[in-house]
Amino acid sequence: MNAVKFLFAAYIATWVIHLFYIGTLLRRFSRLKQQLRDLGRDPSHSS
Amino acid sequence: MSSLRTVTLATLVKDIRLEWRSKDALNSMLFFSLLVVVIFVFSFDPLAEESRHIVGGLVWIAFLFAAVVALNQTWARELRNQVLDAYRVSPAPANALFLAKSIGNFIFVSVLEALMAPLFVIFYNLHVLGPAWQLIPIALLGTWALVVNGTFFAAMSLRTRNREIMLPLLLFPISIPAVIGMVAGTTAILTGEESAHFYIVLLLTYDVVFTTASLGLFETVLHAE
Amino acid sequence: MKRLFPILSVLTAAFLAYALYRALVIAPTDALQGDVYRIIYYHVPSAWTAFLLFLINFVGSIIYLIRRSQKADILALVSAEVGVVFCTIVLVTGPIWARPVWGIWWAPGDIRLTSTLVLWLIYVSYLVLRRFSTSAQTQMLAAALAVFGALDVPLVYFSIWFFRTQHPQPVIGGGGSMDPRMLHTLLINWLAFLCFAFLICWSRYRLEVLHREIDEAHAMESLSGDRDSNKASMPLTRSGK
Repeated sequence: MNAVKFLFAAYIATWVIHLFYIGTLLRRFSRLKQQLRDLGRDPSHSS
Repeated sequence: MSSLRTVTLATLVKDIRLEWRSKDALNSMLFFSLLVVVIFVFSFDPLAEESRHIVGGLVWIAFLFAAVVALNQTWARELRNQVLDAYRVSPAPANALFLAKSIGNFIFVSVLEALMAPLFVIFYNLHVLGPAWQLIPIALLGTWALVVNGTFFAAMSLRTRNREIMLPLLLFPISIPAVIGMVAGTTAILTGEESAHFYIVLLLTYDVVFTTASLGLFETVLHAE
Repeated sequence: MKRLFPILSVLTAAFLAYALYRALVIAPTDALQGDVYRIIYYHVPSAWTAFLLFLINFVGSIIYLIRRSQKADILALVSAEVGVVFCTIVLVTGPIWARPVWGIWWAPGDIRLTSTLVLWLIYVSYLVLRRFSTSAQTQMLAAALAVFGALDVPLVYFSIWFFRTQHPQPVIGGGGSMDPRMLHTLLINWLAFLCFAFLICWSRYRLEVLHREIDEAHAMESLSGDRDSNKASMPLTRSGK
């Protein structure tokens, strides 16, 4: 049935958007973790 | 209280005098306004039957763009010669500066509107089917709605990287109820098909709410470095 | 705390799966719209969640304006960002629903979708301000903008409402009472998405806290004068946002 196509499109679109956002969060997390590691390794870093 | 009035008036007079002397901004703004009207005339057929229904929208879009260009300029002048810093340090109430700027902008934009409106009347052969006098409160309240928020957001935009684009970015979403009021109200009066009463009340409410909010928060914005 | 997150994630995923099952299988088919109506089980909970998040943003902004609390500011930022995500979903699923049911993608007088669009615009402009502001007082400016936005919401609603009554348009959301089974499914989906939203906000909150700590560490590093050590140390860059 043609209309059901829209139903699945809506559900899929919802999760695509959510997963996209979660993806950006994960990417930012890993970048920050990397910076954290660099900071820890930096010899001039005064605590 | 009288200090507020005195400082506001003094700043306002200073701005008007500066504007009048330089005339650059004024002239280019006038020409810009004319250009906008002409572009609209070429884009939207003035002879069409429905033109009276859309002219309300066209007029206010034209006013909106003219207002944004005008607003962007008004704070730029303050940044030169560190006038803004001097103002911040002085004991003058921050609201005085805001009121002066807003009223100055209001006068400036109103002048532009007064020039553009007759052009629209001429090009679109407008004659008003509803109560024409109601166009005055709509124009006054609508212009103030754009100017009061515009002045506030222009001050905010001073602290951003893309100053000129930031103003419309911040102003347009929040102005939508006012735009609905202006456009629907103007259309209602032009076509005579419905009463503009609600829209005038809407604009009045909008103006009261946001004038209060701007006065309340302007000091905060001014002191942001 | 660290162990709680994965556990809650699994539980939430299970809850969402159950809610999906209810939406697609258990809930009865609508007499008028057929199966397409099931979009509401994602559309409406997303809207309610977005509104709740924007409300939290408003509260957080007010608290920040009064108390200058960093936590309130981070809460405002997080709730605005996640709110925009959910709001986007509302604006995407709305027209997808409208098209098969009403034959049109969008009706300007449809008060719910149109107000949601304006809401989306306001909060996106809030996020843009936060991103592009160079001021040390960004948080203050953003909080001021959030207050303006919140004040605008009732005005948006009423302006569109009146416009709609003058120019009757199809009501995309659909009115009328609901079969109780449908209502239950709707609420279950909402609850599931609330849990999901909570986890996302929590993650984003932690991300922001970490981000600010690192920024501070960078700043301290530059200030502590490592002029003599060779410049292998961090440049004062903003980490990717």
